[in-house]
Amino acid sequence: MSIIDTAKQAAQGLMQGAIEKLVPLAPDSWIPGGRPDPLIAHKHGLIGTPVSRRDGALKVKGEAGFAAEFRFDDMAYAALAYATIPRGRITAIDSAAADAAPGVVLVMTHLNAPRMNTPGVFGSSPTAVGPADLPILQDDRIHWNGQPIACVLAETQEQADHAASLLGFTYDAEPSTTSLEGAKANGREPGLFMGQPLHNRIGDADAALATAPHVVDQVYRTPRHNHNPIEPHAATIAWIDGALVIHDASQMVTAQAQTIGEIFDLEPDKVRLTSPYVGGGFGCKGLWDHQIIGAAAAKLAGRPVRITLSREGVYRVVGGRSLTEQRVAIGATAEGRFDALVHTGLSIMTPHNNMPEPFILGTRAAYACPNISLQVDIARMNMLANTFMRAPGEAVGTFALECAVDELAVDLGIDPVELRILNEPDKDPTSGLAFSSRHIVEAWRNGADHFGWADRSVEPATRRDGEWQIGMGCATGTYPYYRMPGAQARITLTRDGDAVRALIEVAAAEMGMGTSTTTAIVGAERLGLSLDQVEVGYGDSSIPGAIMAGGSQQTAAIGAAVIAAHNALVAELLKLAGNDSPLAGLSADTVGSEDAGLAKIDDPTQRESYASILTRAQRDSVTVTAAAAQPLELMHWSMHSHSAIFCEVRVNAVTGETRVSRILGSFDCGRILNPKTAKSQFRGGIIMGLGMALMEETQFDERNGRIMNPSLAEYHIPVHLDVPEIDVIWTDIADPHTPMGAHGIGEIGITGVAAAVANAVYNATGKRVRDLPITLDKLL
Amino acid sequence: MTPFTYLRADTVNDAVRLGAGETAAFLGGGTNIVDLMRETVARHETLVDVTRLSAAVTETAEGGLLIGAAATNTAVAEHHGVRTRYPMLSRAILAGASAQIRNMATVGGNLLQRTRCTYFYDTDGSHCNKRAPGTGCDAREGFNRIHAILGASDACVATHPSDMCVALTALDAVVHVEGRDGARTLPFGELHRLPGDRPDLDTVLAAGDLITAIELPPLGVAARSTYRKVRDRASYAFALISVAAAIEMDGDRIADVRIAFGGVAHKPWRATKAEPALRGELASEAVFRAAAAAEFADARPLRDNAFKPELATRTLAAVLAELAKGDVA
Repeated sequence: MSIIDTAKQAAQGLMQGAIEKLVPLAPDSWIPGGRPDPLIAHKHGLIGTPVSRRDGALKVKGEAGFAAEFRFDDMAYAALAYATIPRGRITAIDSAAADAAPGVVLVMTHLNAPRMNTPGVFGSSPTAVGPADLPILQDDRIHWNGQPIACVLAETQEQADHAASLLGFTYDAEPSTTSLEGAKANGREPGLFMGQPLHNRIGDADAALATAPHVVDQVYRTPRHNHNPIEPHAATIAWIDGALVIHDASQMVTAQAQTIGEIFDLEPDKVRLTSPYVGGGFGCKGLWDHQIIGAAAAKLAGRPVRITLSREGVYRVVGGRSLTEQRVAIGATAEGRFDALVHTGLSIMTPHNNMPEPFILGTRAAYACPNISLQVDIARMNMLANTFMRAPGEAVGTFALECAVDELAVDLGIDPVELRILNEPDKDPTSGLAFSSRHIVEAWRNGADHFGWADRSVEPATRRDGEWQIGMGCATGTYPYYRMPGAQARITLTRDGDAVRALIEVAAAEMGMGTSTTTAIVGAERLGLSLDQVEVGYGDSSIPGAIMAGGSQQTAAIGAAVIAAHNALVAELLKLAGNDSPLAGLSADTVGSEDAGLAKIDDPTQRESYASILTRAQRDSVTVTAAAAQPLELMHWSMHSHSAIFCEVRVNAVTGETRVSRILGSFDCGRILNPKTAKSQFRGGIIMGLGMALMEETQFDERNGRIMNPSLAEYHIPVHLDVPEIDVIWTDIADPHTPMGAHGIGEIGITGVAAAVANAVYNATGKRVRDLPITLDKLL
Repeated sequence: MTPFTYLRADTVNDAVRLGAGETAAFLGGGTNIVDLMRETVARHETLVDVTRLSAAVTETAEGGLLIGAAATNTAVAEHHGVRTRYPMLSRAILAGASAQIRNMATVGGNLLQRTRCTYFYDTDGSHCNKRAPGTGCDAREGFNRIHAILGASDACVATHPSDMCVALTALDAVVHVEGRDGARTLPFGELHRLPGDRPDLDTVLAAGDLITAIELPPLGVAARSTYRKVRDRASYAFALISVAAAIEMDGDRIADVRIAFGGVAHKPWRATKAEPALRGELASEAVFRAAAAAEFADARPLRDNAFKPELATRTLAAVLAELAKGDVA
């Protein structure tokens, strides 16, 4: 080989390397025939490398300021008093002792609270995120046991708490419904989730069930669950020159600011809501009564207010997951092919909200079956409005469905992994859409391999170690890919000498899962910058756009908004570059970003750095804002994440105690952006699933609708000793129809876990427990 | 929390003098009383800190141990003499709470823990004869999974939550008390009461009485002893059932035995019916179960705790089988 050939090859190699580093503009929609996000092809960049949370050190040192740590001068502290009947009227309030208690600033009840509009209940309009369709402290009516009915402001939190404990209320109770049987007796209605009916009918499932040679037909029950983020809800609130400033813990800063503005008749620019850190969300860090009461009290007192819910307060004010009763019936051929799939049942909600627990969502795309019948009915109870809780629908729906599949596998004598693979659909069985990305079979095969599924004893109750019966179980988990409209991103590119840095701002929420870190990773890679050149702004309603950290959609929403903003930035930079630039005359779609500048896609030597462009244009910075394209991909494909969960349990034959000794989650969730934070999210979801399987249960006293275990001592979640080593693997196969090829992964981790545990308990003991949690008395 | 005055006693006499008022209470580690005050279950106006009083664990002339009431749970659990001569006590302590709480909690305070009945804690919304005498008991027909199956009354079905006290009951410990009329002792089994019609009274102590020490008598049988706690998660949960047991074998025969149950009654429950049914018998599953059957013949389970007699029976049988084999290290 001549020296010239070698040089040629070297030059080609360099060119090749430059092209690989270059990030062309991404499409701003993902429609059939469209081009995938070019970042998907980037295999050796920041995406996919483990990066520690950017705020990790701050949090460990206690220097990250949470909602209850903001401070205003002359701030007063709030404490709430809660109703003790489920329905009725307040006929008298004795506040003499509280008024006279040390440090009290005021006692606010419906008698003296400022007039406020009723918040728009969540889902009633695109921006409404109110907790319930109820006025707050505007009348004498009680709608649930635990409703906040008074607020005390005092100079210290201790004084406020003490004074609140001195308040006395007299009630005129009215008839109420607080029992499941009572709610059923009042009648059922078809459930609507986000305005859509929770109902699907394909073929004739009843007829197919009647003639199927193998049938499983069982009822599964899941209890109420309460939210227990490590950070109880809090807000620090001030009225400044007629504008309302709220430092909150929020998963939805923009929508919350809008709804609060409507309550107080404020123009949108007169409410600013920030939420720089959130100590866990899981669906509960939204708008509840306490922020509204806090803002009203601040207005009445003419002083800033900090309102912090006690743990009990979280149980009284913040809704949780409602209970379900689910029937799953599967009819199968002798070979194990599903011919009928029925998943129907009841969920409980209130007269003042619209949130059935949508447990059939995960069933819609789960298995190939010609005859499918799905339906969620609701009945109403006088209780605190229930709400979203990690994987609403799928968390409890997969428990019922995946236990039933396991029961069918036993009946058929087929390995439950193989039975699932046998019934793998080639398109969405209810919508008829093609799947955007479905590699569940790989997830099952990889998981079975890693876990050692082949070592399972097929016959139940046959493995034992002393008192401990050992069993293995598995289940499928699933959660949809979503992307909600409304996201925007603002990019500010700033020059400092020859250096540049970018600020990417999104009205998103960082709840501890690593969103700000992942946004920096993706933003840096898309802009051709290093990680330390990118700063991320978030958690502030003054940032344009609306992004909700819910439905596991935030990563995709941010991704699409940053794509739009990147496209706008490139167009703006080309304009600024002008005729003296090496890029002169190039159109935006022929250039990409690399190495802190722009370059021609097919000839990266034709390039100019961001700093050079800005310098020549005599600009210190350039700012662009752009809105993400509409989420059209959701109309064209059935889009879901999947998991295969394997676990091993040990059940004590003497006491019935269950301990999970091993668990593995094998995930198929598109491309994983940051393996380090992803692993934590998967593990966290799995731990929450273990709690759901074995211990979590809100004790709702059916005599009066009162929650009786409003504390982490009595509401059991797993402690360290309950959590074994959790193994997490993933396919890492990009979804060609999403930004970065990624799916949000906040919720899928909890799905499938309870079923895998219950199926393992069956394998260990031969006993089926169909009502959660699987407490020891159910196994004695 | 009601505003209160904090005082600290350096001597027993000081403590008794300072703690004399009706609204005063003694403060050990504060791991229960501070919670009770925060929840306004208790509204003490004076707290007398007694953690500076004796925390020593010393040998007695009789060959037992005297444990100062200010000793922390951790210190007692780790004490060599306790671990070797009374292992059930060490294990009972370690089965309770968390390491952080055990580091704070004191022996004296542990004896005076109050029930974890959720209706007792719900000052605003629930009826409870223990918290507010005469208002009724919402637990009897409500959530009562952790509640009593023995010795309860119409007025109260609560259980005593301590693990340590179950072992102390089995070990025939003696409580040293200093009161307005001077010092006295009482057998551990007489410290806690059954609820009767006065469930507001957990113990026989009078207002102002201060527990100064716990005495463990020399007890050979205790060297082969253990504590087993059954609960709804692996740690940090109160007992559904717990068993403290000691056994002395003579060949295959049970020469001597001590048994107490936790999670079954308003007080730590000494198994006065099961013990005689076992002494002198050949160790066997059938004998163990028969002894448990004798103990729980009068059990009156409630809506949520019907599993307890069987769970207690199984747990006792498993513990005795293990002890009889000498398997417990």
